[in-house]
Order: sequence, then structure tokens, then C-alpha cells
Amino acid sequence: MRNLSSRLSRWLISGPPLLYLLIFFAAPTLIMVFAAFRIPGDYGGLLPLLQTDDAGKTEVLINAGNWHDFITFENFGRFFEDSIYAELFLKSFWYAGITTLICIVLAYPLAWLIARSNKKTRDLLVLLVILPFWSNFLIRVYAWMIILGPQSYFSVALNHLLALVGIEPVSLLFSQFAVIIGLVYVHLPFMVLPLYANLEKHDMALLDAAQDLGANAWQRFWRITWPLSLPGVWAGTALVFIPALGMFAIPDLLGGTNSIMIGNLIKQQFLDSRDWPFGSVLSIMLTLSVLLMAAIAGWAGRSKKERA
Amino acid sequence: MKVSRWVWGAAIVVYAFLYLPLAIVVAFSFNDSALNAEWVGFTLDWYRLLFRDDVMIEAATHTLLIGFVTCVVATVLGTLAGYAMYKYRLRLLPVLVLTPIAIPEILMGVSLLIFFVMLNMTLGLVSITLSHIAFCIGFVAIVVRSRLQGMDESLVEAARDLGASPITAFRRITLPLIMPGIIAGALMAFTLSIDDFVISFFTAGVGSNTLPLEIYSRVKVPVKLNPEVNAVSTLLMLLTLSLILIVSKVAPSALRAGD
Repeated sequence: MRNLSSRLSRWLISGPPLLYLLIFFAAPTLIMVFAAFRIPGDYGGLLPLLQTDDAGKTEVLINAGNWHDFITFENFGRFFEDSIYAELFLKSFWYAGITTLICIVLAYPLAWLIARSNKKTRDLLVLLVILPFWSNFLIRVYAWMIILGPQSYFSVALNHLLALVGIEPVSLLFSQFAVIIGLVYVHLPFMVLPLYANLEKHDMALLDAAQDLGANAWQRFWRITWPLSLPGVWAGTALVFIPALGMFAIPDLLGGTNSIMIGNLIKQQFLDSRDWPFGSVLSIMLTLSVLLMAAIAGWAGRSKKERA
Repeated sequence: MKVSRWVWGAAIVVYAFLYLPLAIVVAFSFNDSALNAEWVGFTLDWYRLLFRDDVMIEAATHTLLIGFVTCVVATVLGTLAGYAMYKYRLRLLPVLVLTPIAIPEILMGVSLLIFFVMLNMTLGLVSITLSHIAFCIGFVAIVVRSRLQGMDESLVEAARDLGASPITAFRRITLPLIMPGIIAGALMAFTLSIDDFVISFFTAGVGSNTLPLEIYSRVKVPVKLNPEVNAVSTLLMLLTLSLILIVSKVAPSALRAGD
């Protein structure tokens, strides 16, 4: 009886969120996987498997004999046939990778400063990192459209400087440069926080000992702080690289025609060319890339920790 | 060990990098020129224009409505999920709760688009709200669970020893103790919902524009001048800022998702 009621309460507590997420997360994801094997419909979407006539009678169109008219592997074939898709994936990896590297470089001094501050200053400094992250994502991207715009103070000043050394004026907006700045700007806090959490735990006596033994600042950083901070770096890498890889709004607003990423192609397939099966194939490929990256970051972060 | 001057300098530069862009948007919202290029003089014209812009006001109403419903439902479901994950050894629920947070948003957006269209549902406020709830549950659950983990379990045991039923013990002991976590989770869900662009982008239909979607459609065409966007952005930042300050007062630890 007691066992029954504890089981009942377990279901009453975990049941509602479980049911909701099964319907609005698991089911859509599975449908998307299934859609990757379907054929596009005449007016976009998917070729229907059922047909309802005027009388309201529903007929199942697919059967054991004709299933290959409805189910296909061709969408995956298309992905591998044309190298343009693999190239786009590589380019997106490149963008996300560069973004991650720049984030590490920018986050390090910030995280170090926060970790070495006293308790009260520390909370304030952390809050200052988080605040811009909570302001609307689009506004943060839009801000860079203003800064990099052709008439902005920044662009004008930069082109003045370039003219002094005899370089042609450059257009900053709608370029690869703008996309990477946008990606770095939006994701930087995700690198600072795990890095700070790691640096905070370092034993300062190690650095003092190294200094006493004659190591200079550079050696102390590369031989002690950096190796010890790798788990934090990898955690930040996962948090920056993964969302950056699937981004479509930043290339859409800040990039030009040849700085698009996987996300833009996925968006195109679903909203413009309405080829859902191929869009689903691209989404599955993106998911696999994300899982791969998460596995690498998780593995690298852990093995380094064990060694230390 | 003292922090060197170089680290200080670099950190100040990075903080400037974080804040200057936002400061520019705020400054230009008061600039007496429709061009986002040069400071001309102070004006409140763009705010006046904004409050007479019916399309923007409708979008703001949609955003607040969706945010409110999302906040209520996601808080209830997320609290249940957080409690269940703390109390029981579950296999499926943690995966379903945490994956939507970990994957790129676009994946959830497109799969929900297929899902709603296949169900013959008209895309609009309802589909946006249902989607927002789905990705907010996880954030609430994490905050509530971390609050539960910091709670002293012996208090509940003591209440039970003194004869309280499990429900009474939950209501009188556990619930008040985790309340800051629940409030922080609710404000987070509200903020995430009103800020969301990607998932709304795929699950919105004709006439159901939210504020971020409306901002997007206006800045997408760079030739057009949108001084109003600066004004609406400033107001939106102000709203989020006040919500975050409330969270940081109620539950400072809730903000440190990266720890």
C-alpha cells in the first residue's frame, strides 16, 4: 500500500512535465527524423501519406507495394553528392572555432580578475558579465549593425587610419569579420563563467612556489595556470561552440551572401524553398555535429582532469 | 597573488567591449537624427513615435501575453520536474529537460514547425506559447533543483517525525524553503520568453509578431531608417534589467548558470 502510494506520487510529480516534453520536444524531434526520409510535397512540406476525400473518408495512400514512392534515402544522398553542403558545414565549423578561440582569449583576463578579487567585488564583476547576456539577443546583434555601418564613427575612423597607410577603404558590415564579431559578442559570457569557476579553485601557492624557483610570468602561466584551467576552457568551449554552430540570425543580419552558415541553409529549406525532407537532413547533420563536439569537449575536459 | 596591471587593463577593455554596443543603442534612441551615425542633439521624438506605432504596440502586447502564460505554465511544470529530478532516480525526464537547453535553438524551432503543421494547427500565439513553455521548463527545473540540493533535508525529516504528512511537510517546510528558487525560475522563464527570437521565428504565423520578430523584420532591411528600434530596444533592456535585478535580490545563486 505504502509502495503503491509512493509510486503514485512519483508519477503525479514527474508525470506532467514528462508528458509535456514528450509531446512538445520528443515527438517533434522524432517526426523531424522521420521527415528526413520522406519526399517533398507538391506545394512544399511533405508528400502526404493519407488522403481525405470530399466525403470526409480518409484513405491511406502508402502500402507494402508502393512504400518506396513515399520513403527514400535520396535526401541523404543529395547531402553527400554535392560538396557544397560539406563545405558549408566546414565553414560553419571554422566560424564557430574562431569564435571559440577569440572568446578564450578575451575571457581569460576577465575570468582571472574575477577569480582573484575579494568576495564582494567578485559578485559585482560576475553580475556585470551576465547583464548584457540577458538583454535581448537581437538588440545585441543590431548594436553591431550600427557600429559596423558605413557611416558609423568606428568605420569612418578606421578608414581614415587605413587611408594614412595607403589602404583602400573597407566595408565592415555584411562580411565574415562582422559575423565573427557578432558571434563572439553574443557568446562571450558562456566562456567567462565556467573559466572563472575553474580559476577560482586554483591554489595560489603553486604560482608563488614557481616564482620562488625563478619562473617568469609567462612560464608560470603556460606551465601552471593554463594546464590547470583546461577543464574550464573545455566546458566554455562546449557552451560557445555548440550554439555558435547552429546560429542563423547573426549571419543573416551581419553577414553577406557568402558568409552564411548551416543555420541559414536550414532556415531556407524550411521557410523559402519549403523542402522539409532536405531541411530535416541538414538538421540531423547539425545534431550529429553538436553531439560529436559535446563528446569531444566532455572527453578532453575529463581526461585532462584525471591527468592533473 | 596580486592581479597585474596588464590583466586589469585587458579586463577593462573586455568590459567596454561588452557594454559599449548597448550604450550606443541607448544613446541613439535619444538622438535627434534618424541616421544611426552621428550625435546631433537630444530628443524624445522616437519614444513619442513608438507609442503611436500600433504595429509595435500590438507586438509588445503579444510578447507580454506569451511571456505571462509561458511563465505560469513553465514554472509549475519546471518546479515539478526539478523536484522529481532531485527526489527520484529518473532516466528519461532529465534527458528531456536538459537537451532543449543544450542543443542549438534552431533544431527545436524547425522540429516544432513540422509538428504544428502536421497537426494542422494554425501557427500563431498558441503555437509560440506552447513552444516557449517547452524550452523554459528546463531552466526552471535547474534552478529549483539546485535550490533543493542546497536545502537541509533533516528539516523535512524532523517535520515527518513530528507527525506531519508528506504533503504537509512539503507545503510547510520544503515549499517555503525553495520559494526563492521558484521565483527566480519564474522570472527567468518570463525573461527568456520575451527575449526569444529563434523559436518564435519558426513557430509564428501571420499576424502573430512578437517584439523580437518585429525588431528583426525592421532591421533586416538596412536601407530603411528605424530610429524607433533604438527606443523599443532601450525599453526592452530596461524591462529585462529590472527583472534581472529582482532575481539577483531574490536568489543570487540562480544567475550563475555556468557554475
